[in-house]
Amino acid sequence: MTEKTIELLIFERSVPGRRGYQLPPVDGLKRSVEELIPDEHLRHEPPRLPEVSELDVVRHFTRLSQLNFAVDTHFYPLGSCTMKYNPKLNDRIASWSRFALVHPLQPESTVQGTLRLLWELEQLLCQLTGMAAFTLQPAAGAQGELTGLKIVRAYHRMKRRTRSTILIPDSAHGTNPASAALSGFRVVELKSGPDGLVDLAELKAKLSDEVAALMLTNPNTLGLFEQDILTITRLCHEHGALVYLDGANMNALLGIVRPADFGIDLLQLNLHKTFSTPHGGGGPGAGPVGVAKPLVDFLPTPRVRKVGKRFRWDDRVKHSIGRVHGFYGNVGVLVRAYVYIRTLGREGCERAGRFAILNANYLKEKLSGTFPVPFDRHCLHEFVASLQPLKAFGVTAWDVAKRLLDYGFYAPTVYFPSVVDEAFMIEPTETESKETLDAFAEALGRIAEEARTNPELMKHAPNRLAVNRVDEVRAAREPDLRWTPSNQLVSA
Amino acid sequence: MLIPEELQYTKTHEWAKQAGEEILVGITAHAQEELRDVVYVELPSVGKVIKQGESTAVVESVKAAFDIYAPVSGTVTRTNTALTKSPQLVNHDCYGQGWFFALKPSQPGELNSLFTAEEYAKLLQQSV
Amino acid sequence: MDYTPHTDEQVAQMLETIGVHAFEELLQTIPDELKGRSLDLPAGLSESEVLSLCESIALPNRSLREVVSFLGFGAYHHVIPTVAEALASRGEWLTPYTPYQAEASQGTLQMIYEFQTMVCELMQMDLANASLYDGASSLSEAAVLALRTSHRPRLLIAETVHPSSRQVVATYLSGFPCVIQEIPHTNGVTDLEALAAALKDDVAAVLMQQPNVFGVLEPTEQASQLAHRVGALFIASVSPISLGLLKPPGAYGTDIAVAEGRCLGSPVAYGGPGLGLFATTHALIRKVPGRLVGCTVDESGRRGFTLTLQTREQHIRREKATSNICTNEGWLALRATIFLSLLGPQGLKELAFLNLQNAHELFERLREFPFIQPAFDQPFFNEFTIRCLNGSRIEELNRKLLNAGIMGGLPLRPWYPTLADASVWCVTEMVSREHMDHLIEVLKTV
Repeated sequence: MTEKTIELLIFERSVPGRRGYQLPPVDGLKRSVEELIPDEHLRHEPPRLPEVSELDVVRHFTRLSQLNFAVDTHFYPLGSCTMKYNPKLNDRIASWSRFALVHPLQPESTVQGTLRLLWELEQLLCQLTGMAAFTLQPAAGAQGELTGLKIVRAYHRMKRRTRSTILIPDSAHGTNPASAALSGFRVVELKSGPDGLVDLAELKAKLSDEVAALMLTNPNTLGLFEQDILTITRLCHEHGALVYLDGANMNALLGIVRPADFGIDLLQLNLHKTFSTPHGGGGPGAGPVGVAKPLVDFLPTPRVRKVGKRFRWDDRVKHSIGRVHGFYGNVGVLVRAYVYIRTLGREGCERAGRFAILNANYLKEKLSGTFPVPFDRHCLHEFVASLQPLKAFGVTAWDVAKRLLDYGFYAPTVYFPSVVDEAFMIEPTETESKETLDAFAEALGRIAEEARTNPELMKHAPNRLAVNRVDEVRAAREPDLRWTPSNQLVSA
Repeated sequence: MLIPEELQYTKTHEWAKQAGEEILVGITAHAQEELRDVVYVELPSVGKVIKQGESTAVVESVKAAFDIYAPVSGTVTRTNTALTKSPQLVNHDCYGQGWFFALKPSQPGELNSLFTAEEYAKLLQQSV
Repeated sequence: MDYTPHTDEQVAQMLETIGVHAFEELLQTIPDELKGRSLDLPAGLSESEVLSLCESIALPNRSLREVVSFLGFGAYHHVIPTVAEALASRGEWLTPYTPYQAEASQGTLQMIYEFQTMVCELMQMDLANASLYDGASSLSEAAVLALRTSHRPRLLIAETVHPSSRQVVATYLSGFPCVIQEIPHTNGVTDLEALAAALKDDVAAVLMQQPNVFGVLEPTEQASQLAHRVGALFIASVSPISLGLLKPPGAYGTDIAVAEGRCLGSPVAYGGPGLGLFATTHALIRKVPGRLVGCTVDESGRRGFTLTLQTREQHIRREKATSNICTNEGWLALRATIFLSLLGPQGLKELAFLNLQNAHELFERLREFPFIQPAFDQPFFNEFTIRCLNGSRIEELNRKLLNAGIMGGLPLRPWYPTLADASVWCVTEMVSREHMDHLIEVLKTV
């Protein structure tokens, strides 16, 4: 570490001639490259990749990792991300050769194990949600939403209806309207009611025969269950609109309620949230989409079928929307989720939902003196506090988030949903202990006090980490998205 | 809060200024203060035909993007390309060097339908 | 077994703090008719029981350690350096999420900046994003970008682009008012005359794969020139390891280069997770989908990294975002960064060379059989297409090979009816001389 940087770039450690990995020599008659490939197709300048030793690589990426906050090291209460513990058992099994080293186009007789796992996973997800069938292809929640919306489109077209709009509450995650736009729909926003829930009058006013579907999150992004959900879905169905559930908040419903029972026609699950697969610093995830019976024929192709005791891929899906993935989806992630569900079993799944809700309500109560929650009722698995009282001292939710890092906690989601001023969206998850929650509440209490007595400190937080507050304005005004030899900071 | 007398204003915080045959358009001091540091401005193409109230440009901060709506209908004649290199002009000099675009108005009466400085000041007070 | 740490005593304390007598009171907002349903799931298991169960599930699988494989066709079995595996398994890499809080995520952010740089170098493009889901969706996002920026209604895609990729593109574009036209091949390469004839000024982009699905090298330079003449974008889907030897897309006028990057340090894993690479030119910077990491400084002037140009993304721009993507493939990007650091430019070149030599050696040995004939007279990298003559069905041949522990090349019948007697063979550095000898021996008995 120097004053200039905490860690050199791997390129800055490069020494010409160094190698970190040896390959076996070519065995047999060597033909020259020029004999085999015409010159017009040959590369004339090598890529400027780093030339470093194996030890350089080990030190570099080990030290970099130590600059991260992670679930394995810190309480990580990101709202709507469900940062629960990622069991190592899942990773161990997913890394077995028989799961990790199989080719997607191998003859089916040689991958019966994987096919069985995928089929069983689909059955388990159906059980958990009440839906009739699932596709495991979508590689993340957003891709799941896209898949679901394409099914919506195909469904209406089959009924010869032109339905061009999707209703989306203003509290929805940004991927919802983005997915709707990408699917060719127009977005109509539903203003939330004063209680933070869907306003039935607003819904009735906006439901028309232009509406293809309502995209809903339940519990919503405020952690509140839509009490009128049965009325909501009934109203939509009466107008011929489908109801899509953004299943990001499924952790609150696990083992307690099944979306199919409250009238959901299709939903996506986020396996990297509810089902404990590791987030990986930004993926891989998986966003399987579950559908009600009338929509099964629209699922992506191919699907796994069980015929007697054997499993096979079947690409005869009558009205399939096509493919969303080059192969079958993020199978490595699917294996992890399967292991998790089998480990938890019925009782474990039920406990997960219950303890997620218990932890959230407990933490909400502990914080009620410091940062009140605008909606005065029990929440489910997450809640949104407002840090608006600190504005009087010139301190924002962003400042508090940064100061929390100094206290050794990753910050909750900030400024989302936008329906709450200076929003702090907190989701503890069920794998956190009471002691952790108490420590977090205590830290926030101290920070609230600091905001009163020493707002300047807050504005320059964090100051106990490897870097201080980074200049995001400069990063946006002068984008520097890659290293070049000329912007070398230090040479090795 | 600076609200120059000689300009007209919209409820979406744009200002409009008659300059010869053209109308110059920018955003108010209130708007740039809410936005904080402007990092990027997306300007319309010259020749674009716009209607009053239509989204014509986009101004971005690190964490947000806002539409800039045309105060009057017309055709875009010039754009302030200096903003591409120096978006911070919007923060430093929003009524001068931070102008966004100029247009040739198509509906002469529309300018009068905008707020005066006094009316805009009142609007800001009410929303606080 | 579950992972909740609460004791009964703590639960009682917590309920008291909340101010309820029983947990059920917290569920009052949920209508009664929806509650009380018991899940029909098997009982939970201890760790050793789960391991047993999964061993029995995995048992019928034949991994690439047990069977010799000549399968490619979009998924490639390459070396995975031990160091890549070991470093990536650290909890600090595996268990954080999106680096929204930059100061607490400098590891992930710096790694992605290095990754973006390496992708640019590999492809010889101006900028690259932090990854998309896989090669097929990257190609689709490139197509969407082209449609949205040009406002032109037609896309031309070579028939020699992988059929699954073409399917994914079609699915992604189904919500757009556009026409996708396929350009046929002759003798294994895209027909440039047909391409030129189809290129009118209503074409947004031309999509090609290099090497193509048959393993053959395409005339990408000429194709890109043709595209640019009518103001269309040229989009190339390339093979990362081949770029150790082959001309990178930036050198032949590509506007958007995409690839499936899983082969850089991650296992085949039955086709997923993948690693979508996406690189483009400065001109398109504001249209790029996905996350971008930028270099900046902190308050003390120290170098630091942060997500940037976020106003393109869904969490800010919502329906006007360049894409809907949020979670991408960060962990595989890490493995790719480690992989490329270990190999360096020389190692990558050697790796590509190994592939080239192995594939050509097998090609020569196979064509010695009277019933095997090359399908095309074209240069190739590590995949090639052969025809099976004398009425022997290629599927029958593969069955015999499988009985001897070999997975032969992939038959083309399902997608290319005129090549019903042909199959695509891939030979990477993972195929040894012994493997090839074994194959030849078995073929002699056929």
